[in-house]
Amino acid sequence: MDYSPVWLTLKLATVSTGLLLLLSVPLAWWLARSGGWLKHLVSVVVTLPLVLPPTVLGFYLLVAMGVNGPLGKVYEQMGFGSLAFSFSGLILGSMIYSLPFVVQPLQNAFAAIGRRPLEVAATLCASPIDRFFSIVIPLSVPGFLTAATLGFAHTVGEFGVVLMIGGSIPGETKVLSIAIYEHVESLEYVQAHWLSAGMLLFSFCVLLLMQLLNRGNGKNLL
Amino acid sequence: MWAGSVRIAVAANFTGAMKALSVLFEKETGHAVIASYGSTGTLYAQIINGAPYELFLAADSIRPEKLEKAGIAVRGSRVTYAWGELVLWSLDPNLIDAEGKILLTGINQRIVIANPKTAPYGLAGRQVLENMGLWERYQPRLVRGQSIAQVFQMIASGNVSAGFIAASQLALLPVDKKGSYWQPSKQLYSPLSQQAVLLKKGEAQAAAIAFHAFLQTAPAQSVISNYGYHLK
Repeated sequence: MDYSPVWLTLKLATVSTGLLLLLSVPLAWWLARSGGWLKHLVSVVVTLPLVLPPTVLGFYLLVAMGVNGPLGKVYEQMGFGSLAFSFSGLILGSMIYSLPFVVQPLQNAFAAIGRRPLEVAATLCASPIDRFFSIVIPLSVPGFLTAATLGFAHTVGEFGVVLMIGGSIPGETKVLSIAIYEHVESLEYVQAHWLSAGMLLFSFCVLLLMQLLNRGNGKNLL
Repeated sequence: MWAGSVRIAVAANFTGAMKALSVLFEKETGHAVIASYGSTGTLYAQIINGAPYELFLAADSIRPEKLEKAGIAVRGSRVTYAWGELVLWSLDPNLIDAEGKILLTGINQRIVIANPKTAPYGLAGRQVLENMGLWERYQPRLVRGQSIAQVFQMIASGNVSAGFIAASQLALLPVDKKGSYWQPSKQLYSPLSQQAVLLKKGEAQAAAIAFHAFLQTAPAQSVISNYGYHLK
């Protein structure tokens, strides 16, 4: 049994979730604090990957990352080779695909803090940076955990987008879901069963963890 | 010797043979084979979009030729590594007669072919039905698989009663699993000349060049013919 798709998937999910958290914190903070039409517009764009068929997302990514696409061209000129059908391409695809799953829990957590704790801190002469790291981050820990868990799990479960921009190259783009698909196609049901049961157990544990997190969250509020 | 690796895009019908060839090649040269499988059309589209394959083993000659003309494949590197044959196959030992008359009388269940747009064996299946004047008649019951591997899986799992697969896929099965089948006359479809082509990305790669050459050696050809292909 070949376990390389498992490690590749974990690597992809870890890297994409890490990068997504870095990107989503300022974005979610801005969305939680601002109002007006621009906020709504950005909100809609951030939510799009949630409702778009993965094939649509995959198609546009392929167009953008292909040899003649804007992203693909720049990437190739920088000397990194082809972006489509590479691990880096999958990271970019996964980040877009899982964006709403990371931004929304963070945005909700930031919004739940309200203005008051920050205003109090401001009267105590805490700088904006200090306020963010001493108040916002500690108060949003459950939000961060939810965002990281959902982003990670959603990336692990990604199939349609990877099918279109991945190309199933062992060790580079052949992730778990693709490996399962190919095992089924090749009638290798034993391997398909092992990997699928693993995914089932993994998803169950993720949701269980979320339940526990939310329970903890409820207690904190009391 | 410096051992490298070669990324090869392989037409789905050749999966079994390719796995056997890889083992032999790796043992002989020390190079590692990284193979991706899919329908010829899917792999072709990936290559056009910059996929990092160094060698392409297609199930037709049209797409390797197009790649050569587009300057994506190395000029003059096209070789026919195998000739494929089409089979109408069912798990049911009594469904298909040796002359394929059942197609004319009518199979009342669903039948499956690979997508003719992306899979050469699917195109051949379509040609057979068209040349027999049955294409329209079977439309309501015709299921399409993404690749010939998926077509095989649909029939082998009992989900579809019959369909067009590659003779090489049938050759792999033990006698008691072969069910019933019919091999259409070669006048009914264009020859499945499966060509391999060295891609520009593999032009300077020792492992890619080595595999391209290896395909044409006697040990490789004996593996290929063991898997149910003709070498012309």
